[in-house]
Amino acid sequence: MSITLTINGQAYPVASPPDTPLLWVLRDELKLTGTKYGCGIAQCGACTVHLNGLAVRSCQTPIEAAQGAQITTIEGLGGNHPIQASWVRLDVPQCGYCQSGQIMSATALLATRPKPTDDDIDQAMAGNICRCGAYQRIRAAIKDAAGEAPPPAAADAAPQGALEGAAE
Amino acid sequence: MNAFAKPDTAQAGSATRRGFVVGATLAGGALVVGCSPADIVGFHAQTPHLGAFGPFIKITPDNWVTVINKHQEMGQGNHAGLAAIVAEELDADWDKVRVEASVANAKLYANTLMGVQGTGGSTAINNSWDQLRLAGASARAMFVQAAATRFGVPAHDLVVKDSMVSHVLSGRSASFADLLADASKVAPPKSPTLKRRSDFTLIGTDRVRRKDSLAKSTGTARYTQDVHLPDMLTAMVAHPTKFGAKVKDFDADAARKVPGVVDVVRIPTGVAVIAQSTYAAKLGRDALKVTWNEDKAEKRSTDQILADYKAIAAGQGHEKAYVFQTAGDATHAFDGQLFEATYDFPFLAHATMEAMNCVAQVHGNKVKLTFASQIPTLDQLNTAMAVVTLPGTVDIEILPAGGSFGRRGNPLSDYVVECVHIAKHVGGGRPVKLVWTREDDMTGGLYRPLTHHAIAVKTDAEGFPAAWRHRIVTQSTEKGLPGSKPPDDSAYEGAQGSPYLKATPVVDGQAYLPDSPVTTLWWRSVGATHTAMAMEHTIDQLARRAGKDPADYRRALYRKAGAGRHLGVLDLACQKAGWGQPLPAGTARGLAVHECFGSVVAQVAEVSLKDGVPRVGRVVTAIDCGVAISPDQIAAQMEGGTCYGLSAALYGQITLKDGLVQQTNFDTYRVLRINEAPAVETYIVPSDNHPTGVGEPGTPVIAPAVANALLALTGKPTDSLPFVKA
Repeated sequence: MSITLTINGQAYPVASPPDTPLLWVLRDELKLTGTKYGCGIAQCGACTVHLNGLAVRSCQTPIEAAQGAQITTIEGLGGNHPIQASWVRLDVPQCGYCQSGQIMSATALLATRPKPTDDDIDQAMAGNICRCGAYQRIRAAIKDAAGEAPPPAAADAAPQGALEGAAE
Repeated sequence: MNAFAKPDTAQAGSATRRGFVVGATLAGGALVVGCSPADIVGFHAQTPHLGAFGPFIKITPDNWVTVINKHQEMGQGNHAGLAAIVAEELDADWDKVRVEASVANAKLYANTLMGVQGTGGSTAINNSWDQLRLAGASARAMFVQAAATRFGVPAHDLVVKDSMVSHVLSGRSASFADLLADASKVAPPKSPTLKRRSDFTLIGTDRVRRKDSLAKSTGTARYTQDVHLPDMLTAMVAHPTKFGAKVKDFDADAARKVPGVVDVVRIPTGVAVIAQSTYAAKLGRDALKVTWNEDKAEKRSTDQILADYKAIAAGQGHEKAYVFQTAGDATHAFDGQLFEATYDFPFLAHATMEAMNCVAQVHGNKVKLTFASQIPTLDQLNTAMAVVTLPGTVDIEILPAGGSFGRRGNPLSDYVVECVHIAKHVGGGRPVKLVWTREDDMTGGLYRPLTHHAIAVKTDAEGFPAAWRHRIVTQSTEKGLPGSKPPDDSAYEGAQGSPYLKATPVVDGQAYLPDSPVTTLWWRSVGATHTAMAMEHTIDQLARRAGKDPADYRRALYRKAGAGRHLGVLDLACQKAGWGQPLPAGTARGLAVHECFGSVVAQVAEVSLKDGVPRVGRVVTAIDCGVAISPDQIAAQMEGGTCYGLSAALYGQITLKDGLVQQTNFDTYRVLRINEAPAVETYIVPSDNHPTGVGEPGTPVIAPAVANALLALTGKPTDSLPFVKA
């Protein structure tokens, strides 16, 4: 039995067995490598994609469960989604490896909550680990994309406040 | 002229020591005497085509300037700072500057503080500062000379701005692209003139931003995990479940039957399953049956190892003591009542988001590696030993790393060599990608060593330390280096040379380095991961016993020790944090200050307790890192470094039960998430000193800052990390 997946609006017949996690079909078979492997057990969020607009962990989604759904990956955001623009404007990424997953969770959040509160952000983003600890810029960038003012201790505090104060 | 100070020995010391050891590795490993490490790997090395402007700068007819980054970009943003150094001296248009990773070539691209090509010890900017300023200034002079000749005007009448050379009086101007052919023929100046600090227009401004954010926000940045080459195979390895165990026997029948599995082969570190895809390799490995020879394996639990360490610290056993600091006459200095404290620190995994991986192609004695190499020279050497070839002929395409925190910069090149062995077996130059699962990565060792500190302090009439006895028991992180000899200064860096010990008349500091099959390694900020906590939490407890404000207590000791930079960051952090001003009930401030790899960081953390778990809110950070090249990236490293340190302080621990690692993935190795992340504010002490690092110094200070806040809040000291036991 061969499965056809609809990814970023395009149909892809795939050869992998139906219980294969979507993650590995995206990455190995279809070479859509923007979606990352992080943990394999839905604990880190690096593999987050949208299934009919909802953020899901592709490492725990067998392709048979994704058949017939609209699958969106980081490649499908087009590169100038407001979230991506905010990510670049605030230099959110460090190593960057988790950022595809962070961005997919953030875009799913904004689709349902255009003006998310801090609690909304905590709820939606706590499943995405960033070991570089870019969390406060992730929060600031979500608010930036939502048209809200960044929190006082956000990324821009340092450059403005830099090079002042005590001398030796 | 150069208005900047050279790095002093205190600033460059750690890196130099590490550099020496790395150099010794090469000399020992390659059995070559009388050659520098760069000579050894330079022999038959591939030399890239160098343009007129040297190994670090390429300028193309599209008027773009490409800066070659000899360092590993693993998130710390060094590429932006390095490119800005070039762009500043070159007066390049920053919007038309891009960065490329260098090839592996120690002759051209050695870290001047290491002697080999490599990134570590927060030295990327530090060791490149003079080198890249000269490179930029030299290229600039060549363009100026070319324009002077073309316009028929004196060179000193020309102005360079945004990759354009102009003669104001005549109104003539030409871009770098226009002048490229002529400038390329100009002989580089012998001693190019460097800018004065006051003439900087880019360095120190908010314009110095990352060049990779777009690629990393669109999924187009290419990591090792993303490498797909024609005909490539993917391998996973079944590793021993206990450190020090070896393969006894294995049954691959079921594994070979898994669709997509191509081969199963025994290699020195385990049994490799080679397949046509990652998932097939995983299913194949799941089906593999391996029995292990555990004769030489570590079978202790971490509780037992810790008990052994405590006994060693108490003077029991036969472990050799290494004196790391001594002062005064200790004979009767510790008579009478002492303040005593002990601290236990667990093994920690680096837990990079991208688990270890590598792509190798081996064709006879020709090797090509494609991966995030952090110390390419060591990876070349270790690869060369595995395939018996000349290290310099090992070609490495260096990719960005999905995090490292020290893990990829290891003297064993463990996962690299593993991949090379498999690719050697496959042969024919066929590409093999080795993929470690999260479980492989987390249970695979090279941890921050489990560590025990025992401190006893005799105080004077004013409550300041009069005598300080310090015992540190930890594993050496340098034992994998063939040329290294104990002691290993990363075991006690941060205690050794501490201003508090400088200010103490009698010091008796000793370290013990017991061995174990459990492998250990440098972990972001290295020795400071435990020494900062031991020193800073002890100082806070001493201050409170003396009835003194912890900030004032530190100030007195810094003045006595002549630690002006410590005083500077402390004052700045306290001023910005509102030290001493009231806080809501249930919240307290904690202060900590630590020097790490030449940079000094002070933090004031506001901490409360929620269900017994520390909740860290505002963290005010002050750093003195010399000249601040990219204030925004310095802030990013303080934010991220603080989260990395806080994650470990709150939750991080690898424990063994009868030799088995109990944490296998992020469900059992808890890490900091966004709802627990503090709001970090960063303030930079103005400085004209030689720049020092920022990748690591932001990590070690938060644990003691939180411990000190909890001390203020509850009156209870902390004697072990993590704060939250599983």
